[in-house]
Amino acid sequence: MNQSARTPLVEMRDISISFGGIKAVDHVSIDLYPGEVVGLLGHNGAGKSTLIKCLSGAYQKDAGQILINGEEVAINNPRDARAQNIETIYQTLALADNLDAASNLFLGREIKRNGLVDDAKMEAETRKIMGRLNPNFRKFNVPVSALSGGQRQSVAIARAVYFNAKILIMDEPTAALGPHETQMVAELIQELKAQGLGIFLIEHDIHNVMKLCDRASVMKNGQLVGTVNVNEVTDDDILGMIILGKRPAHLAA
Amino acid sequence: MTDQGLATQGSGPRRSVIDTLEIDVRLLGMLMAFAAVALVFTIWTGGTFVGPRNVFNIAVQTVPVAIMACGMVFVIVARHIDLSVGSMLAMCSAVMAMSQAQWLPKLFGLAYGNPVILVATILIGLVVGTAMGALTGWLVGYQRIPSFIVTLGGLFVWRNVNWFTTNGQSVSLTDPNLLMFGGTEGVLGATASWVLGLIAAAVAVWAIIAARRTKQRHGFMVKPVWAETVMAGLIVGAILFFVGWLSRYPIPAAKLKRLFEARGEVMPEGYTAMHGLPISVLILILVAVAMTVTAKKTTFGRYIFAMGGNPDAAELSGINTRLLTVKIFALMGFLCALAGLIAQARLQSHGNDIGMLEELRVIAAAVIGGTALAGGVGTIYGAVLGALIMQSLQSGMAMVGVDTPFQNIVVGLVLVIAVWVDILYRKRLGLTK
Repeated sequence: MNQSARTPLVEMRDISISFGGIKAVDHVSIDLYPGEVVGLLGHNGAGKSTLIKCLSGAYQKDAGQILINGEEVAINNPRDARAQNIETIYQTLALADNLDAASNLFLGREIKRNGLVDDAKMEAETRKIMGRLNPNFRKFNVPVSALSGGQRQSVAIARAVYFNAKILIMDEPTAALGPHETQMVAELIQELKAQGLGIFLIEHDIHNVMKLCDRASVMKNGQLVGTVNVNEVTDDDILGMIILGKRPAHLAA
Repeated sequence: MTDQGLATQGSGPRRSVIDTLEIDVRLLGMLMAFAAVALVFTIWTGGTFVGPRNVFNIAVQTVPVAIMACGMVFVIVARHIDLSVGSMLAMCSAVMAMSQAQWLPKLFGLAYGNPVILVATILIGLVVGTAMGALTGWLVGYQRIPSFIVTLGGLFVWRNVNWFTTNGQSVSLTDPNLLMFGGTEGVLGATASWVLGLIAAAVAVWAIIAARRTKQRHGFMVKPVWAETVMAGLIVGAILFFVGWLSRYPIPAAKLKRLFEARGEVMPEGYTAMHGLPISVLILILVAVAMTVTAKKTTFGRYIFAMGGNPDAAELSGINTRLLTVKIFALMGFLCALAGLIAQARLQSHGNDIGMLEELRVIAAAVIGGTALAGGVGTIYGAVLGALIMQSLQSGMAMVGVDTPFQNIVVGLVLVIAVWVDILYRKRLGLTK
């Protein structure tokens, strides 16, 4: 896949983050093009979540640059990330359990009428988007704590889709889901990709990576092992990168 | 306290009616507990307990705690606590007492009792309260000191800064305009109370109709018309009953006579006047309505609940949770100042021990009213009702001659039992594991 001629949607250059002397992310550079899914792989503690959290604004980088569409941007908090149309779907399902689906979907960006939040309008919009993403969803008037993992995930995804995200970060989006719901998320990723979004997918399941991603960046001990085109490597090549930290022999030039 | 509410859960057909009316079961439980308290003391006192005079007194005595409990709901919902509200009330009261009695008259060269002084005093008090709350919020939100510690410190600090502000002396307050805020000295009279009651009832009905129209416009399910009518009827009935009852409490003839003499007139023979709604209770109602609208209909309220439900989710959704914390505590401080104004007007003086141990009553009122200390859950009406239940219990026990220590034992037990019953109820509904 030759993408060198185009400007990347996201470019993270030479990013470093330390926590009390431990280098969680050590001079890592990754990039993402429109309509592309890049898998981020590595063991627990390899630094992939930490790296991606500087893009979502949850952490601040110590050094390095973040470029969006070729321009350097400062992302100091989640609000800055949102302003760049970056949406994140967290592994921990970052929803307020005590609020209903509509309140969660619009959290931080409520629809207002005469200065007051317009719950009816927000519920109507939520019904519309959920009708598209998860037609079986019915529980609009209960706190999301009453929803299943898949239903909660669809609320989180609906949030990203509704607000026209350009860059989507998915942190193990299928970890808490059953097979059917996993399939639903996989189809959704294909659809979003077709719409031209760039997606960073943090994933442990090699099978999902091979199926969903165009490229994969592998991290180990805070450093980037390498980035490969998924169609040029095998499962074992990627496993080798994750476990041994070695680039596949036929690509190591 | 909510055990009666639990009992009604058992029977099948009754439950479906409750579902149709979309009544909050917890609210129903509290109302039934309140009704039970009222019934027991009414029988025990031979009817005096529900007499207009005692209803008036309970309402007036509930106001300061209930106002602060409204703010405490937000604080607790946001997973914080404020142990300093009693001391903040005292501090605000001290500043207001000194402002009106000593500082401002000297500064402006005006006599004590001049309305300009009172207006300035109230503004100063509210600003001081808000600032104290904002300081607490900054320490909690930006410096990440646990709110328990900050406000425990505040409890000691403000109580004693209060002492230094007045040099430990009580300040007697006699300005009739100030005393208007206290209750007995500031009432609307029967006619104005009825007018207000009717307006409130009309607004309530309009709100129900407007909410129904909005739902219909978006094509959502609405309650059957009879259910809406029943709810509207209950609300209108409650408003008018309350107003009507207070309008049956006559102002003593001797006091009326004094009022006429103060204006240089002679009281006509056979003249009577009724108390009606006290201004302090009106303030409480306005605060409760404003806080409910804030909780349900503003982004500020929505974010408080989101932060209580999942602080990380709130932060990641782009909510500035630190600034939000400052705002929550500043609002709490503002309400402490308002409660302080009403408390000093009712007592007609500022004493060092004003608001002593109020923090515990305020927290108890919020918790009895269904606010979960774990955060994320709580209602304003619950907290007001919680304060009312506690005050009724205490007032009733005092009327039947229960000693003060035993009164406090009962209030303490009620607090624990209320939370216990709530936990059992939530377990049964499967809301908690």
